[in-house]
Amino acid sequence: MKKTKMTALSADMIENLTLTQLTVFCGTNTDWVIALVDHGVVAPISQAVPEWQFSPAHIARARKASRLMRDLGLNIAGVALVLDLIEERDALARRLAILDAQIYA
Amino acid sequence: MTDKTHYEALQVATDASADDIKRAYRKMARKYHPDITPGPKAEATFKAAGAAYDVLRDPEKRAAYDKYGADWDQPHPEPKPQSGSRWDSGFAFEDRDVDPQMFRDFFGQGQGARSMQPDQHARIEISLEDSIEGRSLPLSMQMPQLDKSGRVTMTRRDISLRIPKGAMPGQQLRLQGQGARGGDLFVEIAFKPHPIYQVEGRDLYVVLPVTPWEAALGGKVKMPTPTGAVDLNIPKNAGQDQKLRLRGRGLPGVAKGDLYAVIRIVNPPKLSEKARELYQNLAHEHTFNPRSKLGV
Repeated sequence: MKKTKMTALSADMIENLTLTQLTVFCGTNTDWVIALVDHGVVAPISQAVPEWQFSPAHIARARKASRLMRDLGLNIAGVALVLDLIEERDALARRLAILDAQIYA
Repeated sequence: MTDKTHYEALQVATDASADDIKRAYRKMARKYHPDITPGPKAEATFKAAGAAYDVLRDPEKRAAYDKYGADWDQPHPEPKPQSGSRWDSGFAFEDRDVDPQMFRDFFGQGQGARSMQPDQHARIEISLEDSIEGRSLPLSMQMPQLDKSGRVTMTRRDISLRIPKGAMPGQQLRLQGQGARGGDLFVEIAFKPHPIYQVEGRDLYVVLPVTPWEAALGGKVKMPTPTGAVDLNIPKNAGQDQKLRLRGRGLPGVAKGDLYAVIRIVNPPKLSEKARELYQNLAHEHTFNPRSKLGV
């Protein structure tokens, strides 16, 4: 395997994306994003469809949804459930970490 | 058979049927998918299972692998199956998930698929301090390149990435023109677990131990923040698990996060004679029964 030279690079933080930008970013189409919104997987900042903007947290959820759908063969309802359960699990893990810190400190 | 790595990665026997291999891959994918089980170990297991499935699900590739082992896709004197594109299974977290063909397969010929640039996606795990201080971190990626015979080969590329201050979990970073074939490189931020702070969006949580008298009487106590210790005013009669907010002490940025201290009341490990006396006075003085709701 070839190795190339180390380079120092600065990155831009992606803030809000429009509907079209989100479809390009996730490599998908408008109908797919609308279906994600219909299933409550992501929520736009504004309500009118042409002005939809998605925050970084929802961009991350959309990307996660596209990866899970692709890798696990899930449909949108399935990925909505999985994402909700992952968030609940993570919230419980955070709560558990706080309780562990209280018990074992 | 010269190599069993792919069979071991999927935890199947070398004579496993195509259905067994598919089932094993799906099970591994559910268990070790990086979005479900975070951490480098799960990601490595997931990638190994994906690489194995890429080969073993195709009868021709599997036959070549069984015969030649790890070098199954290298030139051999006798005719062998074409390796074809290795972009079609879509398991990896970095390059493969942006193959336009894959999204056409998945979502149909939508607008997004047609207009998509050859962007590359990667992920980096950082510490809370990396985000707060905006540190530079090394990032290794596999970059797809076409060799002279038109085959896709992977080349390792190491870069040093400056993390913008205040990058939060799930945040996407864009490096223009740094992806494969001149596209952009997008890097998703993930946070390593921190020994003191829990991170939730831009907010941080810390468990703050206080003595029973500090909780009862209130007053100033020292508490840690990512940028140094500060004095925190504890209100009188502070309760167990009560959250106290320090505005703007979470992750930095335009919309600064907050830092929450979660009160934990701790008894001293050993009481002096004088302290025991004071507790006895308190016991005589106070009629509070914390077990009244239990009916006792």
